[in-house]
Amino acid sequence: MSDDRRVDINVPVLARVEGEGALRVTAEDGRITDLQLRIYEPPRLFERFLVGRAWHEVPDAVARICGICPVAYQMSAVQALEQAFGVDPGDWVRAMRRVFYCGEWIQSHALHIHLLAAPDFFGYAGALDMAADYPDEVRRGMRLQALGNELMALFGARAVHPVGARVGGFHRAPLATAVAELRGRLEAALPEAEALVRWCAAIGLPEAAQDFPSVALRGADYPMNAGRIAATTGLDLDKADWDSRFAEEQSPHSTAFHARLDGAPYLVGPLARLNVNADRLPAETAALLAESGLALPSANPFHSMLARALEIHLALTEAVRLLADYAAPDRPFAEVTPRAGTGFGATEAPRGVLWHRYETDERGLLTASRIVPPTAQNQARIEDDLRQALEGRGLDAPDDELRRLGEQVIRNYDPCISCATHFLDLTVERR
Amino acid sequence: MAPAPGPRPRIAVHKFSSCDGCQLAFLDLGEDLIRLYELVDIVHFAEAGPVDPEAEVDIAFVEGSVSSADEAERIQRVRANARVLVTIGACATSGGIQALRNLHDGEQWLADVYPSPEFVDSLACSTGIAENVAVDYELWGCPVNGRQVLAAVRALLWGVPPVEEADKVCMECKRDGNVCVLVSLGQPCLGPVTRTGCGALCPAFGRDCYGCYGPAENPNPDALGRRFEGLGLLREDVARRFRFIHSNRAPMGEAGARWADDGDGP
Repeated sequence: MSDDRRVDINVPVLARVEGEGALRVTAEDGRITDLQLRIYEPPRLFERFLVGRAWHEVPDAVARICGICPVAYQMSAVQALEQAFGVDPGDWVRAMRRVFYCGEWIQSHALHIHLLAAPDFFGYAGALDMAADYPDEVRRGMRLQALGNELMALFGARAVHPVGARVGGFHRAPLATAVAELRGRLEAALPEAEALVRWCAAIGLPEAAQDFPSVALRGADYPMNAGRIAATTGLDLDKADWDSRFAEEQSPHSTAFHARLDGAPYLVGPLARLNVNADRLPAETAALLAESGLALPSANPFHSMLARALEIHLALTEAVRLLADYAAPDRPFAEVTPRAGTGFGATEAPRGVLWHRYETDERGLLTASRIVPPTAQNQARIEDDLRQALEGRGLDAPDDELRRLGEQVIRNYDPCISCATHFLDLTVERR
Repeated sequence: MAPAPGPRPRIAVHKFSSCDGCQLAFLDLGEDLIRLYELVDIVHFAEAGPVDPEAEVDIAFVEGSVSSADEAERIQRVRANARVLVTIGACATSGGIQALRNLHDGEQWLADVYPSPEFVDSLACSTGIAENVAVDYELWGCPVNGRQVLAAVRALLWGVPPVEEADKVCMECKRDGNVCVLVSLGQPCLGPVTRTGCGALCPAFGRDCYGCYGPAENPNPDALGRRFEGLGLLREDVARRFRFIHSNRAPMGEAGARWADDGDGP
């Protein structure tokens, strides 16, 4: 291989963003001179059409941003609006929102591990092909995914775009009999989650040591609905001060904004949460972490899959704990009186910190809205990772290998375009 | 039951502008998804793995609305390659919640969100698939559920049209014995004009239906809107009730316009 060849890798990302997303790599002398992860998911302009809508419509509207993590959008939204209106939802609502969120983490992480990520590591085109050779593992994953869906439906009637959440709390408290029945099955699934963690820990991963800050919420518990914005750099920020350290910019090659912390890329999501909050894990999950041998903070982004498995175990453990001694309150929500105000919401979506900001008028109609989703925050980090991973492998590697590695790197972040990256139509132009 | 004789049917699931939630009607099937994979050839379903967007298929399921120039062109190829085209969900059947921009200056909205809108491929309007190409069957819902998609697959595999549920949510509430949230709680429930299929989930949770399954057969939105005014809603509040998930589809859109300031008023 000559050292002076020029490589031009053009990877249109087909499927979910067909023809609208791409990975474009230009390299000279074995070094990447330009790399752009292009996301061309057509914009749906939520931030714009939310303006003029009433406060009580917002949870049902923002759920539609993502079918895989609607709870996250609802939780950040109700938190922001409750701050704007000065509403304290109370301890019961806070605890049950955490259980609701546990359901989404279990569902989303199980979906990603089994249907999206695992086939990469075992050399299959997809989970349904993998199911023929690994029936127990794939079915175990689907059972966990179904259990997460049931937990969401317990509070929201259905798992996709659940209808139970409202500003102030929930429309309806689950029946104690339904809670007891589901809690029993959550508890019975804990050994399956333990087995999943061990299975993920045993999968051989590509080595990587990359330098990046991890950003996650941090509070008294492993973060979901509460906490200040923290980072492995020592950052400690109130959610209202987001703009003092974080900035979003639009680049010509993507409809997703790129967010930066003090001007630099950063990581959000399961591995970032573990890097910042390992000391907040419940004892049972911490023991599994120790057994896995994963040293934190980890500088290998591929540890994200193990982090997801550990978070499934954590979410099951937390749901079982919080649903013990369950009793429905007289009213499952705090009364809300709208007023003119500004509120911020920051919660941990399955894919990382999800930040909202709303302004309302005295009737509770939105006058401004801003939403910063996790994938926009990770995009610059993914590009950095791709640069290092592809150069580390060596750009003289065969096309197929570079394509597979690129796919694997992108998918590892579970970006909202993860399904799109199941197919990278690689063309390498060598001059 | 064994599949119909003959070659294995070929199925594709395509995504346009959407939240991916309707694809989960398949991905959340669990054991049934594995069984479906044994009954048919899923030749394109990116989120599940198989990718071949240009393949000719017996059934193409389409999620999402047409909201970019690329999508307007791509849906033509999906139609040309499909023997039967079935839309799944609100975005594909009516343009979805993102069709709210159709009521305003879509280009200005784009500029309000993106500092450099010229880099973004986005049409001024978001439209349902049937506004772009011929559609054979529509599965309503935001989102559709697994029961709906499996019933549709089964029906189509046996060569019969899927049963369309066009009853009102009210009928399901009566069958389930739900307390009427409109009559007893005075909530502006859209159940009287919304098609069932969801399981009347919102009234069962003690709250008003917001119309996510789209219009029912023979709806009377004018009478319902006047009832909402009687409950104390302002005209603009009534308009917003109709202009939410299905604002781009009759009769929700027209009813919304009549109550909005820009309408004539009923």
